[in-house]
Amino acid sequence: MQASPSPTAQRIGVPRETFAGEKRVATVPEVVQKLVALGFSVAVEAGAGEAAHCSDDAYRAAGAEVLPDAAALWAASDIVFKVRPPSAAEVALMRPGGLLVGFVWPAQHPELMAQLAARQATVLAIDCLPRTLSRAQKMDALTSTAGVSGYRAVIEAANAFGRYFNGQITAAGKVPPAKVFIAGAGVAGLAAIGTAANLGAIVRANDTRAEVADQVRSLGGEFVKVDYEEDGAGGGGYAKVMSEGFQAAQRRMYAEQARDADIIITTALIPGKPAPKLITAEMVQTMKPGSVIVDMAAEQGGNCELTVPGEAVVRHGVTIIGFTDLPSRLAKQSSTLYATNLLRLAEELCKAKDGVAVVNMEDDAIRGLTVVKAGEITWPAPPLKAAPAPAAARPAAAPVAEKKGGHGHGSAGPLPAKTLAILFAVAAVAFWFIGAYAPAAFLGHFTVFVLACFIGYMVVWNVTPALHTPLMSVTNAISSIIAIGALVQIAPPQAAANGRPDGLILWLAFAALVLTAVNMFGGFAVTRRMLAMFQK
Amino acid sequence: MSHNLATAAYLGAAILFVLSLGGLSNPETARRGNLFGMAGMALAVLATVFGPRVGATGIAWIVGALAIGGGIGLYAARAVKMTQMPELVALMHSLVGLAACLVGFASYVDTSMPLAGAEKAIHEVEIYVGILIGAVTFSGSLVAFGKLNGRIGGKPLLLPGRHWLNLAALLVVVWFGRAFLQAGSVAEGMLPLAVMTAIALLFGVHMVMAIGGADMPVVVSMLNSYSGWAAAATGFMLGNDLLIVTGALVGSSGAILSYIMCSAMNRNFLSVIAGGFGTGGGAAPAAPGAEPQGEVVPVTAAETAEMLREARSVVIVPGYGMAVAQAQHTVNEIVRTLRGRGVQVRFAIHPVAGRMPGHMNVLLAEAKVPYDIVMEMDEINADFPATDVAIVIGANDIVNPAAQDDPASPIAGMPVLEVWKAGHSIVMKRSMASGYAGVDNPLFYKENNRMLFGDARKMLDEVLAALKA
Repeated sequence: MQASPSPTAQRIGVPRETFAGEKRVATVPEVVQKLVALGFSVAVEAGAGEAAHCSDDAYRAAGAEVLPDAAALWAASDIVFKVRPPSAAEVALMRPGGLLVGFVWPAQHPELMAQLAARQATVLAIDCLPRTLSRAQKMDALTSTAGVSGYRAVIEAANAFGRYFNGQITAAGKVPPAKVFIAGAGVAGLAAIGTAANLGAIVRANDTRAEVADQVRSLGGEFVKVDYEEDGAGGGGYAKVMSEGFQAAQRRMYAEQARDADIIITTALIPGKPAPKLITAEMVQTMKPGSVIVDMAAEQGGNCELTVPGEAVVRHGVTIIGFTDLPSRLAKQSSTLYATNLLRLAEELCKAKDGVAVVNMEDDAIRGLTVVKAGEITWPAPPLKAAPAPAAARPAAAPVAEKKGGHGHGSAGPLPAKTLAILFAVAAVAFWFIGAYAPAAFLGHFTVFVLACFIGYMVVWNVTPALHTPLMSVTNAISSIIAIGALVQIAPPQAAANGRPDGLILWLAFAALVLTAVNMFGGFAVTRRMLAMFQK
Repeated sequence: MSHNLATAAYLGAAILFVLSLGGLSNPETARRGNLFGMAGMALAVLATVFGPRVGATGIAWIVGALAIGGGIGLYAARAVKMTQMPELVALMHSLVGLAACLVGFASYVDTSMPLAGAEKAIHEVEIYVGILIGAVTFSGSLVAFGKLNGRIGGKPLLLPGRHWLNLAALLVVVWFGRAFLQAGSVAEGMLPLAVMTAIALLFGVHMVMAIGGADMPVVVSMLNSYSGWAAAATGFMLGNDLLIVTGALVGSSGAILSYIMCSAMNRNFLSVIAGGFGTGGGAAPAAPGAEPQGEVVPVTAAETAEMLREARSVVIVPGYGMAVAQAQHTVNEIVRTLRGRGVQVRFAIHPVAGRMPGHMNVLLAEAKVPYDIVMEMDEINADFPATDVAIVIGANDIVNPAAQDDPASPIAGMPVLEVWKAGHSIVMKRSMASGYAGVDNPLFYKENNRMLFGDARKMLDEVLAALKA
C-alpha cells in the first residue's frame, strides 16, 4: 500500500469485541488505508469485522495485517482501538505501557481503571471527550453513536408498530399518519425526529432545554412546551435536574402526549444519575393498544417505569422496547462512524504523520480524553479553562437587520410626519427664494429640472436589480447628450461676433464631441451586448 | 429646421429617454428600451445639427468627431470582457466629466451671447458649478477606473486630517467662486476658474482614493450620478432643456443606485464618501476579543461534487472572486449538469456582490444562466433553511453571520445572505484572508461549513469533472 513504515512507527491493533452480542468493530477497511497513510501499521484480529460485514480480506486489501487470535493481536500492538470497555481478561493481555483508545466510562468502572493503571497503560476514553470544544466535534463518538441509536429506535418502533407511519388515502380506505412523541431532543432525539418525520409520521418532541426548539422544527418536528418557566440547560450541552413545580407540569404534559401518541421514544439522560422516570405505569395504561414505547435510556434504568433493559416486552397492550444495543444493531454504520472518529483522534495524536502517537496533555481535547496516563489515573480532567463564550449578545443586532431588509426595492416606507414637515418647509423657502430672485429663463429651466428629477426617481425605482449594470451603461450613454452642448458651440452661424475666439472654441468643442461620441456609441453598443445575453 | 421644430424634437428625445429607462424594469422590455435610447439620441443629435445653431461649416468637423469617437466607442464595446464592465463604465463616466469641463470652458470664453445683471451672474455660476462637477467626475472616475483595474491598490488612502482637507478645498472653491463672479473680463476670470478646476480634480482623486474596494459599487454609482448632474449643469449653462432633463434622469438614477448600495451595506452615504472602510487600521479592529470559535474544515473538489450530487436543492452565492477567476462559464456548466439530474439550483445575488450594481447578473447572463433562477437577496433569504447545499464562490462579507450576531462587528446590521442556515455551506476561497471589510468571518468556523481552498476556476473545473464522472 504505502512505502514500508519507518522502524519507529507504531502498530494499531483492532481486536474482536468480546462483549456478548456486540457486533461493532473499532475500525473499518476504508479507514485502515487512512491510518496507514498517517504512518501507522494496522493489525486486525481475524473475524473482528465479520458481524459488521467487514471481511478479513477487505482489511488485508486495505493494508492491514490479520492476526489469528486476541492474544497475538494484543501482544503485537502498541495502540489498541476498541469499542466497548476492555474485560479483565483483555487488560491482562495488554502490553505494559501500551495505549488504549475506546469507550471506558471511568465513573462506572472503577476496578477497570485500577487494572489499567496497574498495567502502566495510557488510556484515552472517547466518552470523556470535552464535547463543548468545537475542535473536538469530529472525534465525538458519543454523538455519532447517539445518532445511529436515534435512527435505529425509530426503525425498531416501526417494526413493532402495526401500521404505516405516513398517512395515505388508498383504494382500501384512509390511513391516518402515526403520531410519534419524542422525549429529549439531544443528538439521539434529533436523529429520531428526522427519521420519523421522513417516514411521514407526525412528530412532536420535548426537551427541558428551550433552545433546541428551532432544531426540532428544522427537522420537521413540532416542539411541545412544558407550561412552566424554567430553562434546563446544565453545563456542557447536557440537561440538569429540574424543580418540583416544573416536573409536575412536565408529568401533565407527558400524560397528555401518552394518550394521544402512537409511538413514544424517550432519550432523557442526566449525566451521572439514573434516567428520569418520565412515563409512569398509568400513562402506559392510557395508551392505545398496539402503541410502542422505545426507551433509549434503558441502560441507565429507563425513562419508563415498565421498561425491562435489553428486552422488548408487552405491557397493557403496549410494546415497550428496552434494547441497550441499538448502535450494535446497525453495526456497519456505527462502526464506520466510530472508525472515522478514531481516525480524527489518531490525526490529532500524530500531527507529524510519522506513525508515532504523542499524548499531548497541553491540548484541551487530548487532556480531557486521557483518563490514565502511563499508569497514573488522570480522570476526571480539570474543567476547561475557557468555556466557549455564550451567545448572549445575539439578539441585539438582528432587529436592525430586519428593519433594513425591508428597503432595497420599491420606495421606502412613509417618512415620519415631523421630518416631512421640515422637508416641506425647507423646500418652500428654497422655492420662494428662487421665485423672488431668479430671472424668468432660469425659472423655466429649473421647473423642467425638478420635474425631471421626479420622473427619474419614479422610473428608476422600477428597474429590476438584475439590470442595474445595463442601467448604468445606458444612463452613461444618454448622459453623452452633453454632445449637444459641444454641437452648438462648434460653429454657430452668428460666429465671430464680439471677438469670439472661434479657433479655441472649435477645438474645445471638437474634443468634447469626440469624448461624448465614444460614450454615446460605446455605451449603447455595450448595453445592447449585455441585454442580448439575458435569457430565460 | 426652425428653432421651434428643434425644441419639439428635443421633447421627443426626452420622452424616448424616459421610456428607455422605464424599459429596464424587466429583461424582456430592456432591449427595446435600449433602442428607444438610441433613437432619442439620434433624434437629439440630428435636430441639433440641422437646427438653427449649427452653421454649415461645422458639419465636417461634427462628422469627423463622431466618426473618431464612435469608432473608438464601438471598438471598446465589442472588445470589453464582461468582467471588465465596471472599469469600462468608470472610464466612460470620466469622459462625460471631461466633456462637461471642456464645454464649460468653451461656453465661458464664448462671448457671442451678451448677458448682463442677474442673468450673467447665474450663467457664470452655472459654468462654475458645471466645470466643478465635471472635473470631480473626471478625476474621480479615472481613479475608480485605476482601482477597479488593479493599477491602483484597493486599500483606501487616508491622508491625515482628510476631512479638514476637503473642507478647506470647499472653502477655497467658494472663495475663488466669488473672485470669478467679480471678474470684469474673460481673461481675469480665467485664473479663479483654472484654480477651481485644479482643486476639483484633486478633490475627485482624493475622494475616491479614500474609499475602500468593498465600497466600489457605491462609488461607481455615485460617479454615474455625478456625470448626470454634470450634464444637467451644462444644460443650465446653455439654456438647453433636453440636457437638463437627461442630466436629471441620469443623476437621479445614479443617486438611487447609490442609495440601494448603501442600504445593502447598512451604511449611510456620507460615511461611504468620508471613506476609510476596510482599512484594518480604521474602524475594523474594534472587536479584537471576538475570535471565532471552532475549526475550519477543508474539503476536496471530489467531496464537494459528492455533496452536490446528493443534494436536492442548491443555492450558489457568487461574489467578486468569481469575476476575478472568470469562473462563470464553469459555474453554468455545473448548474446545467445538476439541473439535468433534477436538482433545484438557484443563484442568490447580494446587491453589493461584485464591483458595481448588478455586476453578478451580467456575468451570469454572459454565461447563459437563465435569469429566472437568479434571485435577489430578499427573494431567497427565507429559502436557505430548506436548502441542502449553499456554495459561496469568492464572496466573504456578504455571507458573514457576524453582521447579524455581533453588534460590535464593523459590519453589524448589514443585510447578508444567510447561507449558514442551509444544510451545508461550502465556501470557495483562495485562502483564509478576510474580506474587504477586514472582518473575520465566523461562517468559516461553523460546524456545517466546509472550505474549498484554491482558485475558483480550477476548483470548479475539478468539481465539474467529478460531477460528470
